[in-house]
Amino acid sequence: MLLANTDNRYKIIEKNMKKLGYERSSLIEILHNTQEIFGYLDKNTLRFVAKRLKLPLSKVYGVATFYNFFRLTPKGKHTTIICTGTACYVKGADDILKLFEKRFSIKSGETTSDDLLSILTARCVGSCSLAPLIVIDNNTIGNITLDEVKMEMDELIK
Amino acid sequence: MITSKKELKEFAQKEQSINPKRVSKKYLKQYRIVLANEGRIDSNKIEDYIVYDGYIALFDALENMNPDEVISEIKLSGLRGRGGGGYSTGLKWETVSKVESSEKYIICNGDEGDPGAFMDRAIMEEDPHKVIEGMIIAGYACGASKGYLYIRAEYPMAIEKLNQAIKQCQKYGILGKNIASSNFSFDLEVRIGGGAFVCGEATALINSAQGGRGTPRQKPPHLSEDGLFGQPTVLNNVETFANISSIIKNGSTWFNSIGTKNSTGTKVFALSGHIKNAGLAEIPMGITLRELIYDIGGGITGTGNLKAIQTGGPSGGCLPESMLDTIIDYEALKEVDSIMGSGGLIVLDDSSNMVEIARYFMDFSQNESCGKCVPCRVGTVELRDLLDKFIAKNATKEDFELLKGLCEVVKDSSLCGLGQTAPNPVLSTIKYFEDEYLEGINND
Repeated sequence: MLLANTDNRYKIIEKNMKKLGYERSSLIEILHNTQEIFGYLDKNTLRFVAKRLKLPLSKVYGVATFYNFFRLTPKGKHTTIICTGTACYVKGADDILKLFEKRFSIKSGETTSDDLLSILTARCVGSCSLAPLIVIDNNTIGNITLDEVKMEMDELIK
Repeated sequence: MITSKKELKEFAQKEQSINPKRVSKKYLKQYRIVLANEGRIDSNKIEDYIVYDGYIALFDALENMNPDEVISEIKLSGLRGRGGGGYSTGLKWETVSKVESSEKYIICNGDEGDPGAFMDRAIMEEDPHKVIEGMIIAGYACGASKGYLYIRAEYPMAIEKLNQAIKQCQKYGILGKNIASSNFSFDLEVRIGGGAFVCGEATALINSAQGGRGTPRQKPPHLSEDGLFGQPTVLNNVETFANISSIIKNGSTWFNSIGTKNSTGTKVFALSGHIKNAGLAEIPMGITLRELIYDIGGGITGTGNLKAIQTGGPSGGCLPESMLDTIIDYEALKEVDSIMGSGGLIVLDDSSNMVEIARYFMDFSQNESCGKCVPCRVGTVELRDLLDKFIAKNATKEDFELLKGLCEVVKDSSLCGLGQTAPNPVLSTIKYFEDEYLEGINND
């Protein structure tokens, strides 16, 4: 067997698949669940899902790579999402992104070499009345100024 | 002393006439149907929804109306798709109801992907039962017994609220077998998206809800014949479903007395950008953009000078100040080369560069193109690169002609709505702000 059956996390995914009746049409739900548990989707987990749903690996891989939400590489300890929706864009989201990229010397979509921080962008988080906004580890900070961004970055490094 | 209901009403009227400012203009011009429960109910409680006449329309329909009567009421109301398409909801339902099939599906499109639009998120989070009630009524009218709510993964709270609301309905027998002791059974399930803008397109959404890649396909066949799992399917947007219960409860005559002749009812707009009162506003169709932006929106922030308003997201257009007296109506907005869209409205002050705005949207469309058809996959990249030349001020006159020509090609030959509308922000900014493109041409 290709999988470490001793890893409890697979049992949780298995349980969830069972709940969904091993429905192939629930593939996206199952991938969400898998990513939640593992933090990202690697080859082993994708193979596991494919096998259990009796789907070709190519199909599972195709779906995992189609959607922005799925990550095939691990993310850092902290995550910053910079919203680049139109309202945030016209209120200077680009400058915020540049500030982050410069300070941590990585591009959006990348993780620092010490695994401290991943920088991501969102197409729109749907809170446009709070533009510009960023999300740090599920904590949404709206109407943020560049000075406040600098303070948040200092916090992350601490 | 106020001693009766009559006196109370008179008091309110008198106060209003003495000091009209008592009711802020921000609210005076609004008319709330979809957002009526906002702030007055706890969206975690089905009991709260029921107290404010929730599910009355459903039970009324099940006890006193046959499916054809429900459809005819929705048709007469003039309700049109609030996701941006503007297709008659009643006609859509009628088509599906007439198709013979043992399985039919109702799907709610909660994949609100336009940047700048957040009304559907607010409806799902603040009043999930209103959406569910609309879907059950649709199920009864069309003869469907199963529905799906397709919600984008970026809205975890909406997903949570709807899952919770579905459980509450099942507990009270509002979802499940033999609803309200009738022969009608209906159940709902939530499907989560994966963060792909193209999944707002009907056929792409169907593929995604079936667990596949969200790529669109050629139409026809339409969803009314070949939808989810190959069965006849009704697909409506969140806001559309949220209108249904009020129409059944108050009647089509009430509904089509609001708004204009061809655009009845209200529309929820999400105001953002350089505007004072950023947030949601539900307005009767037919008021002008000026009223929406100045009376309700409170005017312009940033530099204080309005340059353009953007509606319809990456599929829409930018209108200059001179178009502010256009009324909000599906046809009126189309006439000036913009669209109603899903209701995102972004105000831009005069520090904004319109070519950069067009480039922003083209970059969005390029990124979200699913890659299935060539005009969209390649065209959007070429268009973005051309726009970059204008921004760098080293475009040629030929580039300008190429830009315009390529816009038409992408528009005419793309497979789905994403590609067909991707050039709109470029075309509308060329129409109204041509100067800024000409400035990008290097005449040396």
